Amino acid sequence: MTQFLQQIINGLSLGSIYALIALGYTMVYGILKLINFAHGEVFMVGAYTGYYAAGALGIAAFEARHQSFPLYLAVIVLIAAMAAAALLGVLVELFAYRPVRNAPRLTPLITAIGMSLFLQNAAMLVFSPNPQRYPAILSEVRFEFFGVIVTNIKLTIFVVALTLMLGLHLFVQRTWTGRAMRALSFNIDAAKLMGIDTNSVIRATFAVGSALAAAGGILFGLDQITINPLMGVLTGLKAFVAAVLGGIGSIPGAVVGGLLIGLAEQLTAGYLSPEYRDAITFLILILILLLKPEGLLGVVRVEKV
Amino acid sequence: MRRVLIRTALGVALLLAIYGLGFGVEAGLTEYVQRIVLLAGVNIILAVGLNLINGTTGQFSIGHAGFMAVGAYGAAFVGTTIAPGLHGLLGTGAVPDAVIFNLALLAGALLAGISGLIVGMPSLRLRGDYLAVVTLGFGEIIRILFNNATFLGAATGYFGDDPSGLPAYTNFFWVYAWVATIVVLIHNLTFSQTGRSLIAIREDEIAAEAMATPTTRLKVTAFAISAATAGIAGGLFAHMQAGVRPEDFRFEKSIDMVVMIIVGGLGSISGAVLGGIFVAVSLEVMRDLQQYRLVLYALLLVVIMLVRPQGLLGNRELYQLARKPKPTARVEGM
Amino acid sequence: MRILRRTLIFGLGAAALSTGVGCKKRTTDAAAAAESASATEIVIGHYASMTGSTAHFGQDTDRGVRMALEEANAKGGVLGKKLRLVTLDDRGDSAEAANAVNRLIDVEKVSAVIGEVASSLSLAGGRVAQRRQKPMISPTSTNPKVTEVGDFIFRVCFIDPFQGKVMATFARQNLKLDKVAILKDVKNDYSIGLSDAFRASFTAMGGSIVAEQAYSQNDTDFSAQVTAIRGSGAQAIFVPGYYSEVGSIARTAQRLGLKIPLLGGDGWDSPDLFKIGGDAINGSYFSDHFAPDVATDKAKQFVSNFTAKYGQPPTGLGALGYEAAEVLVDAIGRAASTDGKAIRDAIAQTNGFEGVTGKITMDAQRNPLKSAVVLKVEGGKAKFETSIAP
Repeated sequence: MTQFLQQIINGLSLGSIYALIALGYTMVYGILKLINFAHGEVFMVGAYTGYYAAGALGIAAFEARHQSFPLYLAVIVLIAAMAAAALLGVLVELFAYRPVRNAPRLTPLITAIGMSLFLQNAAMLVFSPNPQRYPAILSEVRFEFFGVIVTNIKLTIFVVALTLMLGLHLFVQRTWTGRAMRALSFNIDAAKLMGIDTNSVIRATFAVGSALAAAGGILFGLDQITINPLMGVLTGLKAFVAAVLGGIGSIPGAVVGGLLIGLAEQLTAGYLSPEYRDAITFLILILILLLKPEGLLGVVRVEKV
Repeated sequence: MRRVLIRTALGVALLLAIYGLGFGVEAGLTEYVQRIVLLAGVNIILAVGLNLINGTTGQFSIGHAGFMAVGAYGAAFVGTTIAPGLHGLLGTGAVPDAVIFNLALLAGALLAGISGLIVGMPSLRLRGDYLAVVTLGFGEIIRILFNNATFLGAATGYFGDDPSGLPAYTNFFWVYAWVATIVVLIHNLTFSQTGRSLIAIREDEIAAEAMATPTTRLKVTAFAISAATAGIAGGLFAHMQAGVRPEDFRFEKSIDMVVMIIVGGLGSISGAVLGGIFVAVSLEVMRDLQQYRLVLYALLLVVIMLVRPQGLLGNRELYQLARKPKPTARVEGM
Repeated sequence: MRILRRTLIFGLGAAALSTGVGCKKRTTDAAAAAESASATEIVIGHYASMTGSTAHFGQDTDRGVRMALEEANAKGGVLGKKLRLVTLDDRGDSAEAANAVNRLIDVEKVSAVIGEVASSLSLAGGRVAQRRQKPMISPTSTNPKVTEVGDFIFRVCFIDPFQGKVMATFARQNLKLDKVAILKDVKNDYSIGLSDAFRASFTAMGGSIVAEQAYSQNDTDFSAQVTAIRGSGAQAIFVPGYYSEVGSIARTAQRLGLKIPLLGGDGWDSPDLFKIGGDAINGSYFSDHFAPDVATDKAKQFVSNFTAKYGQPPTGLGALGYEAAEVLVDAIGRAASTDGKAIRDAIAQTNGFEGVTGKITMDAQRNPLKSAVVLKVEGGKAKFETSIAP
């Protein structure tokens, strides 16, 4: 029982990171019908930005003195990473997606894959292929309840992820830009006719989604101890599966999907066979697409002739 | 009757020509260049097969490395298993080796075709990028299965019974004989009535369905054929390597195949041939760039899509260069 | 039908043409290279994964190889000629590994080949080297099959059964453990080989394996596996992986309150182990080629030179890359020739060569006979614990 609860806790924290990344996929897909394959790499770059920002703020000195990193500096690290990732997301959209927005659907899919490969390989050149230990932006405190161990890091992951998701929900529901995003995802041509500057709304979508992925990147680094230039590949794919599972285009769906994928993965690894922890994600993807392609919380869209 | 005779004669002449060319290649080129020529051949088979799905039928598979893996493992395993028995029956030498090799290739192709059928039957209800992601998922699942199959060597890979690895059956003649066979078959299929129906599916699936085209059955058939050709390529590839390992069939391999067909032009068989050669040669030529090679390769992919999204030839064949490419309808909906 | 024929002819023509063009250029390059090579230099080839998911292993090894050849050149080279290293990337793909070895031989005209880290890639490249009769030394491929490919293929590292047995003996006899869990990397044949050997030896000595868990190279999350092991009552975990993941596993175990030692092999050998693992890795043991604190002068010299050159201490891979190159240079010197067979015979006769990772004698299977040490991690350093002879 202890073990089961422990796996659930682990799964939920991993799942909330997936959920943060899944939001970016779901927003972009909802509007452009594009799987932004480079999103996993934006997440990676966000994590690395956090790594270097913490280094620049002198985290090594704090670690050497066994002091915890001040909270205001941790927030600066988070903001820096989110800003850098937002910029990268906007640039990727500008150079790789905007020029082919009206091309056949498969063209942007290929440029997306190309961008993803490019960023992976460039990251190996710039950051070195060696895995890096993530600096202790939060110093770890452990709590034990009847043998189940919860760390403040896991709690922070829940809190930060939930806060950001709530913020996103308010942003999409209450602000003008958010409303424009919803209009675009409903019907991009009609939105254009209504005088919405689609380019700037799409830019905002990429910026917001990328910033959330960067936050996910930092939480991932804290939780998983190391980061490497290829960390975005599988994590990105799993987050995409989470978005599909929850219903692509649906923000609460991405959250539910992320948590479910995190749980499924941990429970498979813990109880069935860790060899197949990645296979289970893909299996879920295939099953959901066959049985309920609109996802758990998605809306059925009738195909137009 | 006369047509059949002429066709047979042409086929035989072509095979003889390849056989003769094989001697020239083996005598005149270094082993390094020979290997690239063989890899180019394997790539051509992969590209022409994948083009049937991604180009002609307008579906999208980015998990074809999985089928190639099934073919490679299948051919290697079947070849190793039947070799002792057949050698006992037929003796040793070039002819029994050729029999074993081709039986192994066909077995690999059959297995790959069956897995294509298994993957295709449920997934082809999906369209566009959803299908793409499902094929990606299946490709990864196949790789993970091989990675954990202890009787096939798990992560080390399958190297047959001999310590020096699988027998090196693959040579110029067999690669290009299979290239010729597959190119002819796919070409005839594409320009047959079935091929027209496949193109109709690409242009407008709903309209095709309205015209009583059995879209699902055709798509699944095309998918299985495409998977089987990838299986042949896998078998040829396995026997030019010391062994087959799961890590050689990563997602990147599927991407290489996609690059082959988009460079040449989606929907063009001769374009796929050119693309296959392009990938084999360009990766070697860029080798001097060391760590920068893959950065450049990825950038090249993006730039090609931005500058010339229709590829070198568009959907034309080489002999149709004079005519303007047919416009392809924009694919709408999910 | 005419159309079809034309397509085919064109396709094949294009194939022949493109390769023919490539060939012409290559032969002139090759001729030029061969000319200069025979006069003033000896070319050594290295094929490694300089890109892709195992790029850090390839790059680490290449540093060691490069440094060994530079040092040999500083001492005047060998046979009165300078050594030149050509490193080719294979992006961790076996087709590319075989291409790279062919290119090293045909285009770069190398006298001998060093490579690969992964056993499956050494098998792919080794077969080419064997057929082309070029000696090849693998620095770090531990699968016994690698040198079985043929009499031109050597290695300078331990083989899996040996190292697995060393750690099983140590766990059973020195640490007196009864119950051990295994956590292996299923994408890595080195890790699987060591696990199999450890399991066989440890159970033969009366111990039991209470849990067997797995991860994949480049995974970062190990909490499910560690949680499962925590419930199994294991007294130690055998983690025969690479430093990058082992550090994370140790931290995960600490975070989940699992206070048992980890055991491992020479894949742990890297400064990154301590950087990533921090104090969580203290009290763990691993087998390796030499102990930094009781090392020979030569090994100490190597570590300090390497640190000065690259700004960080060598990993085990770097040390073995260095060693492979040194053994090769020594053999070329003794062979007094750059002929493949002569070099092969000289490598095979390597006897008591004082390498950085120990004294090397090649056995009849072209594997080095050298003893292993077990190191204990304490305060961010690996310290000599005991020595176990082969």
